[in-house]
Amino acid sequence: MLFPLIAVKAAVADDAAVERGKLVFKSCASCHQVGPKAKNSVGPPLNGIFGRRAGSIDGIRYSDDLARAGANGLVWDRNNLDAYIENPRSLVSKTRMQFRGIKEPEKRADLIAFLRTFSDNPRDIPEAAPTATALSHDPAVDPNILAIQGDPDFGEYLAGECVTCHQVSGADSGIPSITGWPTEVFVTAMHAYRAKTRAHPVMRMIAAPLNDEEIASLAVYFKNLQP
Amino acid sequence: MTITRRTFGIGALAVAGTAIAPQVMSAGRPRVVVIGGGAGGGTVARYVAKASKGDIDVVLIEPTRTYYTCFFSNLYLGGFRDFSSIGHTYGKLASDYGITVVHDWAIGVDRSKKSVQLASGADVSYDRLVVSPGIDFRYDTVPGYGVESSNKMPHAWKAGSQTQLLKAKVEAMRPGGLYMMVAPPNPFRCPPGPYERISMVAHVLKQKNPTAKIVIVDTKEKFSKQGLFTEGWSNHYEGMVEWLPGSIAGKIKRIDADKMEIHTDAEVFKPDVANVIPGQKAGTIATAAGLTNDSGFCPIVPATMQSQMDENIYLVGDSTIAGDMPKSGYSANSQAKVAAMAIRASLSGSKLFPARFANTCWSLIATDDGVKVGAKYEATEEKIAKTEGFISKTGEDAQLRKQTYEESIGWYNGITTDVFG
Repeated sequence: MLFPLIAVKAAVADDAAVERGKLVFKSCASCHQVGPKAKNSVGPPLNGIFGRRAGSIDGIRYSDDLARAGANGLVWDRNNLDAYIENPRSLVSKTRMQFRGIKEPEKRADLIAFLRTFSDNPRDIPEAAPTATALSHDPAVDPNILAIQGDPDFGEYLAGECVTCHQVSGADSGIPSITGWPTEVFVTAMHAYRAKTRAHPVMRMIAAPLNDEEIASLAVYFKNLQP
Repeated sequence: MTITRRTFGIGALAVAGTAIAPQVMSAGRPRVVVIGGGAGGGTVARYVAKASKGDIDVVLIEPTRTYYTCFFSNLYLGGFRDFSSIGHTYGKLASDYGITVVHDWAIGVDRSKKSVQLASGADVSYDRLVVSPGIDFRYDTVPGYGVESSNKMPHAWKAGSQTQLLKAKVEAMRPGGLYMMVAPPNPFRCPPGPYERISMVAHVLKQKNPTAKIVIVDTKEKFSKQGLFTEGWSNHYEGMVEWLPGSIAGKIKRIDADKMEIHTDAEVFKPDVANVIPGQKAGTIATAAGLTNDSGFCPIVPATMQSQMDENIYLVGDSTIAGDMPKSGYSANSQAKVAAMAIRASLSGSKLFPARFANTCWSLIATDDGVKVGAKYEATEEKIAKTEGFISKTGEDAQLRKQTYEESIGWYNGITTDVFG
């Protein structure tokens, strides 16, 4: 999936975008701080977020899911930050970041331009253009897809492949539990693996050949599982 | 022998959700007999019993009362697990799933009468038979080595007592001694297994016997996850491990277990501890039942895991010729689910979906340094074919390697629950 790489200006980002981004940041400020006096809050400070490994700030109570994603190699860049801000659950199903997400791509681009000014050595970050940049990841799952009714029998058969690792009992060590997950959370996660928004190689491989019906069927099966 | 759609009523390739007309059965429940209660047979038994909810009678024949998994047995060797944690019993399959668990050996199969002969003398009739006997050894690949050699030079390639024996030998080895492995030729169960074992033995020796040396004599020129193991041995066990491929070591000429000597074309080794892993073939009952070909392993129909020799017999696990899938516990468990679905479809008209297979192999190189390789597969007309895969990369950081190891523990808990209930 390609996005237009806009030539990075040597110095600071488009000032207008940064100013707009500062306003967007007000939605974040209740949990995250930036700037020279930034400290741990509900969430980590976002200075130096670009190129930082997810879940790496001491003293922050990260969710198991985010800590695991970080341990599996998730490093924040413009691309996955855009996905996370759009819908945190697309990257981390049980994130502690209780945030509905920002649907408008231009607003996210402005916010990212603002955040970027607090990072020392941003890499691969196109300037936030005055108009929306092309998305480099699949947008959040279409509500029509979320509405697909899966076939529980089909889901049970497909799940044979999953339950070797994801125990139906809900046990959760080394491999997260997916028993009883709401279908929307399940479908969002699987689409993120399929779109390669999420990095885990085993899950990407599992998700790649699944179509929307199959994901919906699996979601129904796991939602109805009693541990 | 070519298999055509006409040969099997079910058809080599099934369309999603196809319902099959059920067989006309004589009075009483149809019966599935499963030979072998490991990762393959145990999974078929459980999945058929669970899904049929008592409509299908399942009989599981397994000689051992406690099954010690080959997978993770290396971790016990390395001191990362205790022995009882890799042992699993069959009580739950009997009590919770209504499976008739019989601790006995299957010594013959009468395919025309459709019955299995047990060592105790009993006969068990079947409507469908699952043969999942694992592997037996081809002693011709290790001249001079036989069943009677396996105390002096354990193979530990069937887990349990042999693993305990090998561990005891490693720990009792004299300071500065030589540990040798004779690695098996392809195809064999668990391609990365011998090299994970070397890593685990090196881990123990590094702590308890740091001047000891390890030599691997291999008929092969390369092995699974070679780049990852080589990097790991150099990082963790510098100077301790020497791997000799066939082009350097030459062939095995003779093994003398009593004298503790291993003769190759290149030299005569006198190890203090020797782990000889012979070449392999399907478990003997598969040959006795006429299910193997010249390779010594069993050809199957990819869409259903049926034997190509007999439409009422299904094969899963290490004994099969499974195309691109490696011989592993994960593969056996994956194939078992396809077989269970196909068996139920043929007996009770339940849905037959297109076969899907997967495998992931985790290996532990040192404390918190785990790697993995895996793939997905589909059934084609001629074989089970890989569609895509992945492998850990050299130079990964410590956090990812630790996470990979912890993931393997989650998998082990998952698969043993999936097999044994």
